[in-house]
Amino acid sequence: MWEFVNFYFIPGLVLGCIYALGALGISLTFGILRFANFAHGEIMMLGAYFTFTIMGLTGWHPLVAALPSMALAALLMLYLDRQFFRPFRDSPTIMLVIASFGLMLMIRSAVWVFYGTQSKPLLRGFQRPTQYLDGAIQFPDKHLWIFLTTIVIMLAIWYLLTRTKIGKAMRAVSDSPELAKLTGIPVETVIRATWIVAACSAVAAGVLLAIDSQLDSLMGFKMLLPMFASAILGGIGRPFGAVLGGLVIGVAEELSAYPWIGVEPLLNPAYKTGMAFAIMVVMLIWRPSGLFKGRVF
Amino acid sequence: MTVLALEHIDAGYGDTAILHDISLQVERGEIVVVIGPNGAGKSTALKSVFGLLNITAGRVVLEESEITNTPPEQVVRLGVCYVPQTGNVFVNLSVQENLEMGAFVRSDDFRPRLDEIYAMFPDLAEKRRQPAGSLSGGQRQMVAMGKALMLEPKILLLDEPTAGLSPKYRGEIFQTVKAINATGVPILMVEQNAKQALGIADRAYVLVDGENRHTGTGPELLADQEVARMFLGAKG
Amino acid sequence: MEELAGYGNYIVSSLLTMGGIYAILTLGLNIQWGFTGLFNAGIAGFIAVGAYVFAILTKGPAAEHLGGYDLPLPLGAIAAMIVAAIIAWAIGKICIRLRSDYLAIATIGIAEILRLILKNETWATNGPRGISGVDKAFEWLPRPWGDIAFMVTILLTVLVIYLLLERAWRSPWGRLTTAIRDNEDSARAAGKDVETFRLQSFVIGAAIMGLAGAYLAQVQKFIGPDSTDPTTTTFLAWVMLIAGGSGNNRGAVLGAFLLWTVWSATQIVTGWLPQEIIVFGHPIENVPVRSTYLRIFLIGLVLQIVLQRYSAGILPETRPAVAGKSGKTGLEPGRTT
Repeated sequence: MWEFVNFYFIPGLVLGCIYALGALGISLTFGILRFANFAHGEIMMLGAYFTFTIMGLTGWHPLVAALPSMALAALLMLYLDRQFFRPFRDSPTIMLVIASFGLMLMIRSAVWVFYGTQSKPLLRGFQRPTQYLDGAIQFPDKHLWIFLTTIVIMLAIWYLLTRTKIGKAMRAVSDSPELAKLTGIPVETVIRATWIVAACSAVAAGVLLAIDSQLDSLMGFKMLLPMFASAILGGIGRPFGAVLGGLVIGVAEELSAYPWIGVEPLLNPAYKTGMAFAIMVVMLIWRPSGLFKGRVF
Repeated sequence: MTVLALEHIDAGYGDTAILHDISLQVERGEIVVVIGPNGAGKSTALKSVFGLLNITAGRVVLEESEITNTPPEQVVRLGVCYVPQTGNVFVNLSVQENLEMGAFVRSDDFRPRLDEIYAMFPDLAEKRRQPAGSLSGGQRQMVAMGKALMLEPKILLLDEPTAGLSPKYRGEIFQTVKAINATGVPILMVEQNAKQALGIADRAYVLVDGENRHTGTGPELLADQEVARMFLGAKG
Repeated sequence: MEELAGYGNYIVSSLLTMGGIYAILTLGLNIQWGFTGLFNAGIAGFIAVGAYVFAILTKGPAAEHLGGYDLPLPLGAIAAMIVAAIIAWAIGKICIRLRSDYLAIATIGIAEILRLILKNETWATNGPRGISGVDKAFEWLPRPWGDIAFMVTILLTVLVIYLLLERAWRSPWGRLTTAIRDNEDSARAAGKDVETFRLQSFVIGAAIMGLAGAYLAQVQKFIGPDSTDPTTTTFLAWVMLIAGGSGNNRGAVLGAFLLWTVWSATQIVTGWLPQEIIVFGHPIENVPVRSTYLRIFLIGLVLQIVLQRYSAGILPETRPAVAGKSGKTGLEPGRTT
């Protein structure tokens, strides 16, 4: 029982938190800018590398170094939007998808030029699990940080979207950009705000992922499929649906390797990502609008 | 005093002209109704005021200043509010959030205005926390109008506010339009239900094929033989 | 003399052979994107399927992986096309009715899943070590005639596919797919079964990509789960098509050869660079490797520039016989004039 909690459920939640943070940004940008941003995973990865560099320069803790990285990533994202996305605002959205696809490769190869392809640890040394409930539940402190950071960021974004003027305007544009324009909402400002939120949450997801495992130039790409699956599961344009979707998919991926029948893992752990894909395919067939009635384009 | 004037407008999408030499005027405190058969360019005329299509000749004047081909975001800031026929509320936002969005361009405290709107539409006050998408068609129209009124506009443009509503709601909407007008907001309204609309109109224009056909007060047009034959059905 | 032979070898086995394989790939993509406006982000997956199916079916017995069927090479190539087509049909059936973003996500997903399967089903694919010693057509001819004959085969394949696609383009089928691409709603309103036409186009394109995979396995004589970098391969095909002129078969072929030439020539250039250079007093190590990555970055930049400035490509789409639609670029499906 406790083995199940310690080795499958808690790691599933950890992974789910990271997916949730990533999927949140994808769902927001998909809802507001109306395209699937393939470069989102690379922003995650880049943010983790920024953090790595700042840590090297200052010796700060990764979660502290993540803050200036978020600012850098947000600025970069605004620049990228201006250069590569804004020219296609009035074009068919598939042009934006292609542009984001190109950006994906550009960001990744730029990281390769500067950092090489070798993966490296963000935190050094082995972390001994801390014991809770007389040793029944145990997980390393870093998992606690991951949970807490995710909760803090979620609360902040929830506050932004439901309590602030710009956040409500973001939901309004997500709902109907045409009506937003007629209402006098400055759509370009809303789009900029969206990129800032998306970049910051992506950097958080990237840093947490690097803390949990390691820094890897392909980590963003590997996250792309589960993140899209989470966003679709929750319903596009439903940021908190995406969060739940991320948690469900993270847990489902880990639990798929649990020996439910006999002693062998139910699914070869190498196929974990397959779970995300399978869930996505089921949703696309059964209910493309997701669990929370998001948009279908 | 003239609040809004369209002066000899030619307008359309791209190269396709839809409006030819259209002129309309709304005086202070008036309800002006535009009627006409389908495809006559009624909605297009409203949209041209709002910068949603290209005006190739003529001009649009708001009070003293020309606003021809001004983009919609700016037209709103100048005090013109437009309620489109469909998709006129943010369905995933609550009623209150919709009204707040209506006040987006205001930088002052709009809470007193919010209370006024709720006083005008008591139904909405009850449902202020509900998503606008969960309301009935008639109530959505109320939200859409309330949202537009948050700005205390100089003029309100309504595009077929009763389209798709049951007769009962239609009457309610026309009453609401009158009530809004009574607070001093001039209204330019496009309508399909010509008879009822003419009933509340101070003046009306009949558009056919993108051109002005008749102009007159509501009662004049109601009495006009040709208008009756065209729009009010045999029984009119 | 030896140097000359070196150049000749480069032209035959890299420029024309690999360029030809990319031309096949780009033509396949042209059906999907240029003709019909379908975004395929998983091109590498369809190549891999084709390559593996071909390798397994045509090789002699081997202990490490499924095989020993020893089928004739053309049969292997046909099987490669069929399996790629079946996978495309399955994925298309699910997402073709949704907007193209979903197809893009699903294709990138299927490519990733295929990679996982090829990597982990060791009994069939020899896992990460891949399948080596793949049979290549005309290997029995003395050098360099074997390579030349193989190159000619590929160029003939390009020609045949080109001619078939030109026919398809001019046929009612081709006119319909472009009509769907340019205005889905009006095609639907005209009573056309939009989904079926899209699915057909997606499946045919994928089959052609499977064929390119079968040729690639022969050129490399090896196929492994990571033997092509999936994003770069997929990406190159896209840049080739868009730069050459999507919707124009000649543009697709031209773009493939042109960009492949630039791509492989710059690869040679990066090999000449010194290990270390000093920039403003700072030593920069691993210059050739870094330059390789810089090359990928630049190809990404090329795509962005072409997309924004020259979206019609070198040879823009020419669509005869559709009234009032002249001057359209194949790149902007759904835009109404």
